Amino acid sequence: MEGYYQKDIECASRDEIRSLQSRRLVEQVRFVWNNVPYYRHKMEALGVCPDDIRGVEDISKLPFLKKDDLRDSYPDGLRGVPLKDCVRIHSTSGTTGKRVVAYYTKDDIDLWDDCVARALVAAGISDEDVVQVCYGYGLFTGGLGLHGGAEKLGCLVLPMSSGSTDRQLQFMQDLGSTVLCCTPSYAAYLSETINERGLRDTIRLRRGIFGAEAWSDDMRASIESSLGIKAHDIYGLTELSGPGVAYECSVQKGMHINEDHFLAEIIDPDTCEPLPMGSKGELVITSLTKKGFPLLRYRTRDICILSEEKCECGRTFVKMSRPMGRSDDMLIVKGVNVFPSQIETVLIQQGYAANYQIIVDRENNSDTLDVMIEMTSENFSDSLSKITAQEKTLVAELKAMLGIYANVHLVAPKSIVRSEGKAVRVIDRRKI
Amino acid sequence: MEVRQISVFLENKPGQLAHMCRILADAGIDLKALNIAETSDYGVLRIITDKPRKTISVLTSESLVCSSTDVVAVKVPDQPGGLAGILDVIAEKNISIEYMYSMLGGNGTTSAIMVFQTNEKSSVFAAAGLEVLSGSDVGIEE
Repeated sequence: MEGYYQKDIECASRDEIRSLQSRRLVEQVRFVWNNVPYYRHKMEALGVCPDDIRGVEDISKLPFLKKDDLRDSYPDGLRGVPLKDCVRIHSTSGTTGKRVVAYYTKDDIDLWDDCVARALVAAGISDEDVVQVCYGYGLFTGGLGLHGGAEKLGCLVLPMSSGSTDRQLQFMQDLGSTVLCCTPSYAAYLSETINERGLRDTIRLRRGIFGAEAWSDDMRASIESSLGIKAHDIYGLTELSGPGVAYECSVQKGMHINEDHFLAEIIDPDTCEPLPMGSKGELVITSLTKKGFPLLRYRTRDICILSEEKCECGRTFVKMSRPMGRSDDMLIVKGVNVFPSQIETVLIQQGYAANYQIIVDRENNSDTLDVMIEMTSENFSDSLSKITAQEKTLVAELKAMLGIYANVHLVAPKSIVRSEGKAVRVIDRRKI
Repeated sequence: MEVRQISVFLENKPGQLAHMCRILADAGIDLKALNIAETSDYGVLRIITDKPRKTISVLTSESLVCSSTDVVAVKVPDQPGGLAGILDVIAEKNISIEYMYSMLGGNGTTSAIMVFQTNEKSSVFAAAGLEVLSGSDVGIEE
C-alpha cells in the first residue's frame, strides 16, 4: 500500500492545490517586494507591482531570475530576511567563479526536511529504516538535505558523506543499512564492488534514493537488479533548497513536484514564453514559502516535460520528467555543476589563451574530467620543471574553482578541433 | 660566451618529431645537438642548429611553439674520466645543473662537447678552468 508523509496536501484536489499556490504566491510576491530590493527593482523595471499579482494565472507578469542574477547579487542581494534569522547557508558554483550562496531560516530547513521526508515515504521508507547518506556533507545540499529529511522521518541516519568505499561497505554490513542515498554513479560503483567482493548476501539494502546527476532507466534497472533494491530519483537545486523539490513515487515514472512549496512553469528557453502543460521546455520554479532565499521565477535551465495526468500512487502533484538536457552549457560532473566559463576564467588568469577543450567521460562508473589546453609561446620555455610546475598550478586552480579534480593536458597550438572556425569546447563521451 | 639553444613544444604523438625535422631539412638547417625531456602528454625538445634565428622563424611560421635560451658548451676529453673530471669542477663550484646533453665534437676531433643549463653564466665555467666553446666553435653560423 502506498504511504504518504503529508497525505492531505500530497493528495489534495488540483483546485485546492491551485488556490493554495495562488494565496502563497500573492503573499510571497509582497514579501519579496518588501524585503528584496534587487527583485523589486526588476519588477519596477517591468512596471509590475504586487497588486498586479492576484493568483498563479498572473505569474507570467513577473520577471525571471537567472544564474547571472544570483552572481550579480552575490553574496546576499537576494536574501529575504536579516542574517540573525538565518541559520544556515549552502552554496553551489556560479558560472564564472563567484559562488551562489543560498540562505535558510529555521522554517526553511523545516519545510525542506518535509519535502525530503515526503520523498523518502513515497519510496517506501519509514522510521524502521537505516539510511546511509553517502552524498557529500557541507556546502553541497545532498548530504545535509537527505540527512534532515530522514532524521525528521525518524530513521536511523548514518551520516557517511562521500568517498571511503571500504568504510561505506563496513558500516553498510555492520549496521544493516536498508536505504542508500548517493549519486546514481556512486550507487553503480558500490553495487559493482559489493558483487565483486561477494558481499551481496551480507547487505540488507532495499531502497535507494539517487539524484544530483543524470541517469537512465537502463542504469536504474542495472542498479536495482544488482543490489536487489528499488531505486528512486530525486530532484532539486541549491538555489531553491536542495534535493526534494520533486521526488519519485512507487510508480517510478516522473517526479512529483512539491507544489505547495514550488510553483513550476515550462517556458521556451529562447523566447521565454510560457508553454502549455505537456510541452518540452525549460523548467522555471517559483519558491512559494522560502524566506531566507525567496527566488521568484528562477530559470533552472533544466529541460523537461510536466504532466498533470493522474498518478496511480494517488498523489495529485504535477510530475516532471527526468531532466533531458540543459538550455545552457552547464555540465554535471561527479554531481558537481561545471560551467565551461569557469575553466576559461582560470586559463586567462594563468596566462593561457581561451583555447581549450573539456572532455567528460565515465570510467568504472565514475565521471572523469579532462581539460586540453593549448600551449602558448609566453608560457613555454626550455625548462620542463617550470612547465610541470605551471601544470600543477593549473590543476590546483581548477580544483579551487570547480571543486573537483580535472586532468590537465597541454597540447600544441591549433590542435584543438574547430568546426567551421568555432572551437568545440565540450565533448561529453558518457553513455548514460 | 653562451651558445644559442632552441626549445620546441611537441605533443607526445607519433610523427611529431619527424614533422619538425622535415621542416628543418626543407629549410636547409643542420642539427648539431638534440635532446628531449618528456612527460606522458608532451615533450620539450632542445636543439642546437647551425642557424638559430632561421630555425625560430621557420618553426614559428609552421605554428610550432618555440623559445630560445643560452646554454654553456664545454669541451670534454674523449677518454675515461673525461666527463667525471668536468663534473667534479662544476660540483666544487656549487653549480646546479638543470639539464645537460652531449653534442657532436666536429670532424676528426678526439673530444666531445657537453651542453649545460645551470644557474651560472659561462664566465664562471671559464674561470674554473673549463674549456668553454663559442657558437662558432660548435658550428653555429649566425
